[in-house]
Amino acid sequence: MAGTLLEVDGLTKRFGGFTALHRVSLSVRAGERFGLIGPNGSGKTTLINCVSGALAADGGRILFEGRDITTLAAHRRTRLGIVRSFQIPKPFTSMTVRENLGIPLEYAAHARSQAGDADAEAAEILRTIGLEAKAHLRPAELTQIEMRKLELARAMAARPTLLISDEAMAGLSSVEVDDILALLFRLNEQGITIVMIEHIMRAVMRFSERVVVLDAGERIAEGTPAEIVRNPAVEKAYLGE
Amino acid sequence: MMARPARALLVGLAVVGAGIVVAALRVNQYVYFAGYVVLQYVVIATAWNILGGYAGYVNFGTPAFFALGAYTAVFLIQSTRAPLPVLILAGGLVSALLGLGIGYLTLRLRGVFFSIATLALSIVLQTMIINWEYVGGSRGLSVIRPSGPPFGSYVTFLFTVMVLLSVVAVTVARFIERSWIGRGLAALRDNEEAAECMGVPTLRLKLFATTVSGFLLGVAGAPFPYYVTFVEPNSAFNLDYAVNALAMPMIGGTTSWVGPVIGAVLLGTAQQLATVTISSEMNLFIVGVVLVAFVVLAPEGILGLVRRLRGR
Ligand SMILES: Nc1ncnc2c1ncn2[C@@H]1O[C@H](COP(=O)(O)OP(=O)(O)O)[C@@H](O)[C@H]1O
Ligand SMILES: [Mg+2]
Repeated sequence: MAGTLLEVDGLTKRFGGFTALHRVSLSVRAGERFGLIGPNGSGKTTLINCVSGALAADGGRILFEGRDITTLAAHRRTRLGIVRSFQIPKPFTSMTVRENLGIPLEYAAHARSQAGDADAEAAEILRTIGLEAKAHLRPAELTQIEMRKLELARAMAARPTLLISDEAMAGLSSVEVDDILALLFRLNEQGITIVMIEHIMRAVMRFSERVVVLDAGERIAEGTPAEIVRNPAVEKAYLGE
Repeated sequence: MMARPARALLVGLAVVGAGIVVAALRVNQYVYFAGYVVLQYVVIATAWNILGGYAGYVNFGTPAFFALGAYTAVFLIQSTRAPLPVLILAGGLVSALLGLGIGYLTLRLRGVFFSIATLALSIVLQTMIINWEYVGGSRGLSVIRPSGPPFGSYVTFLFTVMVLLSVVAVTVARFIERSWIGRGLAALRDNEEAAECMGVPTLRLKLFATTVSGFLLGVAGAPFPYYVTFVEPNSAFNLDYAVNALAMPMIGGTTSWVGPVIGAVLLGTAQQLATVTISSEMNLFIVGVVLVAFVVLAPEGILGLVRRLRGR
């Protein structure tokens, strides 16, 4: 069994009096395809906001490669290799698609390793993701699926060790879902650990080796996709929605 | 082919040289008097744009930074009669500190709330100066210019100093814009959360922008006491500075260093002409009308218009 890459230990997050996450623990192994599911509002985005550093946790610890990163600034976590995409795409609107990739290449990828050829790297990522023809367009000129792809391409440009994809497929057609899934499989084959957050069961069940289920801010189940679909607590959480 | 920085340096030197030539021409003194104000606005608009244009944090408190530079100079003139270069450097540094302070405000305040806070800052600072008798309090203070400027009259000398300061300000802005800092600022202007998640140290870059912007605004204000020879809070904290600092980059275009220069030269000159031909009250009126026209018809300023005409 490979070593643990990410460990979330007893994480709690409150918004005022409302507890969005209550002592959630999980661990992701290096190289794994990990699924995080749960009904709307169960705390999935909040959890990855805490892991990526966008939100400060109120309790618990987060370890990455054995190092405690609970209070580390978000941009430092990105440079360590934890990269997330946003559920609602947040492109740099004044920049072209190519320039959007330039930011993580310059600030994350090359801040970590030796400076590389940013143009070649950006071109390669855009080719992989199928956006090479759109390199000089601005985000406002992209379609919904292209915008999602840009979100993933930008995350790839940061050269993640751990890629967290927050509902990259919501609202896409099933062909488009397959497209994104194939891409994530390929990234995983290249050695990138992937945490996939999805509201839709189908995609996440096909993709994940292991799944954790959140409901109302608590972890209610963990197991292989086959175990999860048979789990009565999970069924109850989804039906009771 | 010359290296780019060398070319930029050469252009800068040429502009300063041209300024000295203009100063040596000894045309009507009014030309230098008005030219000083226009150049002062080149510095102000360029400084404002480093924070407002590049980073997207709209500062309504320009008068606070400008006046802090001016009053630092007044204090040093009163206490030590320090030479002009010292006044300029000190004025810049004190305003840079204030800039660093408002940089930390960006941790909690964004958008319009940040702007309101900077406006409030200007009012608070003005109240403090009004109650500080040593620098003239509410009545103001006469400042005696040092006798014997290095060349020409004192006004032509100040004009030349402002040419030099404009070149410095524009060079700094241009350097920032084209460096990794400028690209990081553009990213956080577009989306601060996404920028941070892509590895951009947003707080550090914002502190850098507020500090440099504050420094240059203070620099613009430091020679002011010798220019007007009578400093009082209402003129140093004039609302014109807040409005012009914002309007000039908006009219020229905020995404490039050229924009604030174009805006300051056009609007500044128009205001100076209006002051002599119509009345000084026309100043803000002109700015208001032009600004509204631009915000509605050409939100990306003159640079945006040019780009659109070229079909890019
Ligand atoms: N910034 C916030 N302030 C207040 N409440 C929030 C905030 N972010 C999320 N919440 C609340 O926390 C809960 C979990 O939200 P979220 O993590 O977005 O769920 P999910 O991604 O699983 O759909 C929801 O009830 C949501 O309203
Ligand atoms: Mg969510």
